[in-house]
Amino acid sequence: MQTKRRRPLAATFALLPTWIAAIVVYIGTMVWSVRLSFTDSTIFPSSNYVGFAQYAKLFRTSRWLASLENVLIFGVLYVAGCLALGFVLAAALDRKVRFESLFRTIFLYPYAMSFVVTGLIWQWMLNPTFGIQATVRALGWQSFVFDWIVNRDMAIYTVVFAGVWQGAGLVMVIALSGMRGIGEEQWKAAQIDGIPIWRIYTSIILPQLGPALAASGMLLSMGVIKTYDLIVAQTGGGPGYSTEVPAKFIMDNLFERQNLGLASAGATVLVLSVVMAVAPFRYALHMRARRRGAH
Amino acid sequence: MQPAVSVKDLKIAYGDHTVIDKMSIDIAPREFLVLLGPSGCGKSTLLNSIAGLQDISDGEIWISDKNVTWAEPKDRGIGMVFQSYALYPRMSVRKNLSFGLRVAGLPKAEIEARIARTASLLHLDKLLDRRPSELSGGQRQRVAIGRALVREVNVFLFDEPLSNLDAKLRNELRVEIKKLHQSLGNTMIYVTHDQVEALTLADRIAIMKDGVIQQLASPSEIYHRPANLFVAGFIGAPAMNFIKGEIVLKGDVPVFESNGLAIDLAGYPFLGAAKAGPTTLGIRPEHIASNGADVGWPTIPGIVSVVEPMGADTVLWFDWAGQSLSYRIMGDAILEPGTAITPGLDIAKASLFGADGTRL
Amino acid sequence: MTALHPRGPKPSRLTAGQVGLYAFLILSALFFLLPLYTMLVTSLKTMEEIRQGRIFALPDTIDFTAWKTAWSGACMGTQCLGVRIGFWNSVKITVPAVAISVFIGAINGYALSFWRPRGSNLLFGLLMAGGLIPYQIFLYPLVRLLANLSLYNSVAGVVLVHVIFGLPLVTLLFRNYFVTIPEELCKAARVDGAGFWRIFLQIMLPMSVPMIVVASIFQFTGIWNDFLIGLVFAGRDNLPMTVQLNNIVNTTMGERAYNVNMAATILTAVVPLAIYFFSGRWFLRGVAAGAVKG
Repeated sequence: MQTKRRRPLAATFALLPTWIAAIVVYIGTMVWSVRLSFTDSTIFPSSNYVGFAQYAKLFRTSRWLASLENVLIFGVLYVAGCLALGFVLAAALDRKVRFESLFRTIFLYPYAMSFVVTGLIWQWMLNPTFGIQATVRALGWQSFVFDWIVNRDMAIYTVVFAGVWQGAGLVMVIALSGMRGIGEEQWKAAQIDGIPIWRIYTSIILPQLGPALAASGMLLSMGVIKTYDLIVAQTGGGPGYSTEVPAKFIMDNLFERQNLGLASAGATVLVLSVVMAVAPFRYALHMRARRRGAH
Repeated sequence: MQPAVSVKDLKIAYGDHTVIDKMSIDIAPREFLVLLGPSGCGKSTLLNSIAGLQDISDGEIWISDKNVTWAEPKDRGIGMVFQSYALYPRMSVRKNLSFGLRVAGLPKAEIEARIARTASLLHLDKLLDRRPSELSGGQRQRVAIGRALVREVNVFLFDEPLSNLDAKLRNELRVEIKKLHQSLGNTMIYVTHDQVEALTLADRIAIMKDGVIQQLASPSEIYHRPANLFVAGFIGAPAMNFIKGEIVLKGDVPVFESNGLAIDLAGYPFLGAAKAGPTTLGIRPEHIASNGADVGWPTIPGIVSVVEPMGADTVLWFDWAGQSLSYRIMGDAILEPGTAITPGLDIAKASLFGADGTRL
Repeated sequence: MTALHPRGPKPSRLTAGQVGLYAFLILSALFFLLPLYTMLVTSLKTMEEIRQGRIFALPDTIDFTAWKTAWSGACMGTQCLGVRIGFWNSVKITVPAVAISVFIGAINGYALSFWRPRGSNLLFGLLMAGGLIPYQIFLYPLVRLLANLSLYNSVAGVVLVHVIFGLPLVTLLFRNYFVTIPEELCKAARVDGAGFWRIFLQIMLPMSVPMIVVASIFQFTGIWNDFLIGLVFAGRDNLPMTVQLNNIVNTTMGERAYNVNMAATILTAVVPLAIYFFSGRWFLRGVAAGAVKG
């Protein structure tokens, strides 16, 4: 039998539900939402096309602009924090310490928790009246201030804490498995050369983990843009708009403020930003694959 | 003269399992010593102990007159080349070579000078800015050797460096390593399981089995006067022929008897006095000749079974008393399988091994 | 005293480096455990103790009343029925969603790696791209769609949405898994006369038990912990535990019953945590299989 042009129908049928989901939901609803963003819909969809008016209104809305700024700050700090802490934890565990699996379990368990749970715990611990600030003051340090969570300028950083607490374990697992894949003989060669251990990690191991860490970074970044649960649970977007994020802005306008057109514009902007963030990566991977193929 | 490297009463054990027990060996300055043996014989373990990469249970290691038993690898004055090259993948060749020197804090000028010297010695000049992934296997191994050379130390350790290369490259690099030793003159300790590398490169060979050195001698000595059955069978291709029998003393003259064969051992260089008892006669294929009878050698009757033309010479396999023995002749053979032959044995070049396997 | 003559094994001393390493690890472990500990301790205290403000202190007496309240008496809005309702809602949502989603994922992975019908690459690309996109852009049209199908505000609707949004991940996991199984196996079965479904049900599915476990764990954790989809699609009567929890804690007027809140939080977290602790190894394998893709 030569190349089969007619593939078995069973396979095509088996994939049919997924095709329907992909076309109707992933493509169809997206197209509809984008269409909505060009109308003046409020509570119900309308067919009045208003061009880019919603987008203009969006970028004049201070709440939206604040949310963009917040998600950027949060995103950079969260991804950097998770990568850095995760890598360092992995390096520490790579040193053949005792109780390694116990430590690993402890570092990774937050990942099994809902963002709502994470947000609520950290909201409680950072509560100025009953939480850390109160405890330290009770220990005698009366003027200790740690009211970040109700402080407009600092609240966003509390969310970063909670996020890194939850996400560092994931990076740790990926980095650790990467480290275990590095041949023993490179370690021996480095020992003969007299390279100190910390230097081995930074100059030899870290560069080799580049692809794995980049993949983790991208994964984390995707999570950042989708961040909603954590904010709702931990701070509700406040105080004021200081922890508002785009996902929450969109949700609120979709269902509470019933501003369909505006919300859809926001959602479209969000999708575009994802595309813009991912496209360079994919392009780079594609080019690297083509170069390798040419070799 | 003090040895360059000295291992004293080395013992390496894991729990109940002892890998090496009370081993002592001295390696002279400028010597090329090869540790040879099958997998699991402990040769790499010994090398890693000398390097400081392997914990030892007892004994001392001395390098260049210093007791380095507790010293870190970097303080032992050694350089090492590994089987898998172990090059740092994300660094250029230049950076690979200079990394250890930079960490040690050497001045830039000195580092540049060393890299230049090493690069020209190993023909790496044009490759200095490439990454390991852009180099061939042979080039990578040269860089690995270069990394050891830039340290400008007295002793170089090689852990099966050619095992990852194909046959042709292996031959080329083998010659280069020998030339390197001739021009640099450093002490080199080289681990391999390949007897050709051992025979061609070594000043002395230490053949190891199960953590014990079976014989420590020059290649020629090992080849022509193997100390025991294991060494005799390990070295030489095709392998030495072994005939089991016993020595019987006929008056003063020792005679080797086996399956109707009676060989006068008067010409054999016994180590001590000849003794009667179960004995194995070992004789290499090139020491059996079809016209041996013409020069008075004892003969052995056989039937040709397989003829293997090797190009420059031919190996003939023949059956005698249910065993398969081999001998070589130059050029092509004109004998057919099934022919009856009576080749002669050069007893002066043979080896006799007692019941315990040691040389008589 | 004569200098020590080096012989035999090097005496191992506790180096500063080792001390620092363990110190760092222990401190980090404390940082990670602190919230869990705090949650637990707070839930076992009485409100008077909590008002004293020593959040990290152990409770004077271990008091489980907060737990009872959280389970069956906590209030959200005017309803005071506790998170018990949410718990069972979550079960009703999660179990079917996981089962269906893993099954479809296995079929997809199987079809895409062994059969590759026309358009497979396109479908896979669509799924992977779709998995990256934030949900918000799908929501309103999806709500309208489900309303038209009379599935809005129902458990079935939530399950459907979870299955759809879970497709990228489970398809990826199973496709990566089946790629490691030699194609010859499928070919031999076809020579033996087996068709698409028989090969799947009798050969491939039994072989993929490890990945079924991994995918199930991941999907269970993800769906149980989900908030957004439950909030939008479940309707007031079917709210999952996470949504209920947030309502109880964040929308109560007057003084908050912190111990009840913390107890409710623990109850919400306990199921995925338990799964994590009992199947840590599979969890790790799942992270490696899904996250490190190329």
